[in-house]
Amino acid sequence: MSEQRHDLERRVATLLEEHDPATTGRAEFLRARWDAGLAWVHFPEGLGGLGLPRDLQPHVDDLLAAAGAPDNAPERNGIGLGMAAPTILAHGTPEQHRRFLRPLWLGEEIWCQLFSEPGAGSDLAAVATRAVPDEATGEWVVNGQKVWTSSAHLADFAILVARTDPDVPKHGGLSYFLLGMREPGVEVRPLRQLTGEAEFNEVFLTDVRVPGTQLLGAVGEGWRIANTTLNSERVSIGGQAVPREAGMVGKVAATWRAHPERRTHGAHQRLLDLWVQAEAARITGSRVRQQLAVGAPGPEGSATKLVFARLAQQLSALEVELLGEEGLRYDDWTLTRPEKVDFTGRDAGYRYLRAKGNSIEGGTSEILRNIIAERVLGLPGEPRVDKDVAWKDLPR
Amino acid sequence: MTAPTLPPAPELDLLATDVETDLRRSVRAVLAKTCPTEALTALADGTDDVTAPAWTALARDLGLVALLVPEEHGGAGAGPREAAVVAEECGRACAPVPFLTSAVLATALLVRLGATEPLARLAEGGTAALVVPAATRSATGWSRGAVPRSADGRLVGDVRGVVGLPAELLLVPVDGPDGPALHLVDPGAEGVTLTAVTSLDATRPLTDVRLDVPLEGAGTPLATGDTVTAALDHALATAAGLLAAEQAGIAAWCLEQTVAHLSERRQFGRVVGGFQALKHRLADLYAEVGQASAVAAHAAAALGAATDVPVSVAVAQAFCSEVAVHAAEEAVQLHGGLGMTWESPVHLRLKRAKADHVLLGSPDSHRDALARLIDLPSPTPKAG
Repeated sequence: MSEQRHDLERRVATLLEEHDPATTGRAEFLRARWDAGLAWVHFPEGLGGLGLPRDLQPHVDDLLAAAGAPDNAPERNGIGLGMAAPTILAHGTPEQHRRFLRPLWLGEEIWCQLFSEPGAGSDLAAVATRAVPDEATGEWVVNGQKVWTSSAHLADFAILVARTDPDVPKHGGLSYFLLGMREPGVEVRPLRQLTGEAEFNEVFLTDVRVPGTQLLGAVGEGWRIANTTLNSERVSIGGQAVPREAGMVGKVAATWRAHPERRTHGAHQRLLDLWVQAEAARITGSRVRQQLAVGAPGPEGSATKLVFARLAQQLSALEVELLGEEGLRYDDWTLTRPEKVDFTGRDAGYRYLRAKGNSIEGGTSEILRNIIAERVLGLPGEPRVDKDVAWKDLPR
Repeated sequence: MTAPTLPPAPELDLLATDVETDLRRSVRAVLAKTCPTEALTALADGTDDVTAPAWTALARDLGLVALLVPEEHGGAGAGPREAAVVAEECGRACAPVPFLTSAVLATALLVRLGATEPLARLAEGGTAALVVPAATRSATGWSRGAVPRSADGRLVGDVRGVVGLPAELLLVPVDGPDGPALHLVDPGAEGVTLTAVTSLDATRPLTDVRLDVPLEGAGTPLATGDTVTAALDHALATAAGLLAAEQAGIAAWCLEQTVAHLSERRQFGRVVGGFQALKHRLADLYAEVGQASAVAAHAAAALGAATDVPVSVAVAQAFCSEVAVHAAEEAVQLHGGLGMTWESPVHLRLKRAKADHVLLGSPDSHRDALARLIDLPSPTPKAG
């Protein structure tokens, strides 16, 4: 392991020597980094990586950041880097790897995810967006509506799950596509949420043409491939140690300290109880991270989001109350399109409202409880009335 | 006086070492063999066929009683992390042994005071008990209660609800002429009356202690003044931190048993564990139990590293006490009628969890302490 580290350090030093960040343009430096295999070291050689363990990457990132090198602005392409790239790597052809991974990593092509639909939320396998082959051109013609798509208005490409066979039970009739978001027939509309802003979009797909070369994996494999995507979402969590009072609990604690005149005994008990719970969640997160670092992930990680959502909601609710009439003010209802979401940003009212989404987005708390109960505790699954019924015959 | 600030969190290693994993396996096997449910239940009916064999197995066979006794005093020289493994297993098994009271609480006090001779006795398998009320959280809390006094050549007092007895040595903190003093008292000495009382948790005996002992018999205090206060605080914090491991063990047992029961039990033609109302309760409990395990490991690691002890222990007690009781209460409810029976092992954990809730300070008292440590002060009384 340490030999690998030393080798990596040498490679980083060589990159920095040959492309001094102080005198090299951003795009040129990033391309050189890609060519050196230092983009994501766990990817294969020739695709921006060196085939090394994933946990060596933070060391590379730290060394480059310390040398003042530009990064690929990963926050602008979270779906691309965190979800599309691992899925394309796992299921794509060599041509697809060459075509898509480099511009994705460089940030030249931004990606979004077209999974959820108005009629397919928790029941993702129920998607109704149809993809029909055009035998004459070898293309696919896509029609349907997607929803809760972040970055759709900025994206160049989308990972798409669509129905290619309505005559088989729902999981078997799905296929996975890489869809060009700049193609004719793609319409993106902001989806305004209860905070007033629009982090997400609705995407309407009308006769959108997808080249046959942009089918990922085989026809009918969409569900299996989508699970690769959803699992990589979990792997991308991790990284740095979290300081005490980070996140929502820090906001509420600061409010408590700043307003002695607003303190009540009841609120004090709630605050201390929530502080303890937040600290317990922080400690649990530390252990999950330590387990991942030694390659022995424990099952505790599956409960992380469940706990996070509940605490964010209870803490932000308490803060509005603590603030009294100040808590009645709301900073701005204007429809904006934020590129980055900060759950602990803006004011207490915003935080309270935005936290409501935490138990819905990325798997509702109810679905997460089912998953823990079934996959971790081994309890029986929910009765499935739709399991053996052709998708087209399902009641809807 | 400067304003308190939030103590930063240290990054502690929370993963079990191979030694700890082996230790856990040995202790679990020994306690499974020596603590059968029927024998534990019989304790409440006045029959004790379990304490001595279980303690002998832990003390002699595994040599764990002197885990926290330094090597120079004849002990194993291990640390709180190893002791936490034993405490957690004692919680799972509901073991009626004086591990927490003697091998942790009394031992930590004697180690802090460098008491060579008593430590040698503990290293040989003897037991000691700290004579304070079971709910004592801190030296300050202790000093505000009904504290025995030493004056006019006698040591006199009543201490109700002491855990860890019977034991071969009593550690008695008293209010002496020059402030706090710690006396070693032989439980067989004249003027010592130990009255066993019926305990909510029969696996942890409760005793009322009456002392009216001539001071010659009690001897010179082992320590006096601030030394006693500091050592008491250290020992109580150590025990409270490791009690969290016991509580995490109780909670884990309750979750596992309940999941196992609900995976077997059928009603309405279905496995009961398939009902979503129950699955969701168990998923929430699973989240809590996993957190309790991490939080207890963190407290043990903090004690071992002697860093961040006050906050880590207060958090561990405030959190793990609640989780253990919640897990035990869920276990009773989700076992249905079976959970209410005397034959079931579930009620033993409910009683232990509820007694542990009070032991060494309630979660409320630990949250109160935490409020001062992390600069979240309580409301100041205002006029009008």
